[in-house]
Amino acid sequence: MTVADYAFYAFALVAVAAGLLVVVARNPVHSVLWLILAFLSSAGLFVLLGAEFVAMLLIIVYVGAVAVLFLFVVMMLDIDFAALKAEMAKYVPLAALVGIVILMQLALAYGAWEQAEGALGLRQAVTPDLNEIHNTRALGLLLYDRYIFLFQTGGLILLVAMIGAIVLTLRHREGIKRQNVLAQMYRDPAKAMELKDIKPGQGL
Amino acid sequence: MVGLEHYLVVAATLFVIGIFGIFLNRKNVIVILMSIELMLLAVNINLVAFSSFLGDLVGQVFTMFVLTVAAAEAAIGLAILVCFFRNRGTIDVEDINVMKG
Repeated sequence: MTVADYAFYAFALVAVAAGLLVVVARNPVHSVLWLILAFLSSAGLFVLLGAEFVAMLLIIVYVGAVAVLFLFVVMMLDIDFAALKAEMAKYVPLAALVGIVILMQLALAYGAWEQAEGALGLRQAVTPDLNEIHNTRALGLLLYDRYIFLFQTGGLILLVAMIGAIVLTLRHREGIKRQNVLAQMYRDPAKAMELKDIKPGQGL
Repeated sequence: MVGLEHYLVVAATLFVIGIFGIFLNRKNVIVILMSIELMLLAVNINLVAFSSFLGDLVGQVFTMFVLTVAAAEAAIGLAILVCFFRNRGTIDVEDINVMKG
């Protein structure tokens, strides 16, 4: 066994254990933290597979953005999580049954799996030699050249998601004094103040 | 020597854990969303493993697109969750029956 093999087993074990703890943890904040660990160890697996760029992307996008988003929401909502977890034991048999059935199906699929004869000839973009061109550069050449339209569509999806999230969560609460910028800008000092000459002993 | 099958087993285990989590946390939408993220991670591991062992770079390109869609899905899902919590004061999935669907 080489060092890479030991690293694989360590990363794989940590990823699976962290994934299981995400699901069974009592406290959702702990769940998010276990999720971060699962993503980090998966990034380690990607590095072992030679996909460094995707590994770094996983850390930046998931640990940096998605997990923090989850943490924000978990901490922002005032929810009694103990009550939500109380009935968890009721669902264990069904969940275990579904899980085992799907695991068996996957085992059957993977057990009989073998590579087709012409698979190597059907490759769309053969990985270039690492000595000539490294992973990030090769991916960039492929992404900005042949998959440019898919790339643009990905950007569009993110834009729609951003606008959708803002529209969904934006709200104007009643009874709150807000700054009205236009009203401030159009305010005329000449009309805002009026001088009156009041004689002594008389009111207005 | 670690081969393709090893990575497939890890991915399959993570995927099944994700499904297990959806059924186990029937009331807690946040953990359900996290379980979906786990399942998408398993798909990504599969794509990258096949890409690496077959020598085809397209798998890694599609991993990036899966990542993009997963990030958008998490953002929208959490926005809906916050919206729902404001209106109902709970995130219990079984309470989502206003439309009687």
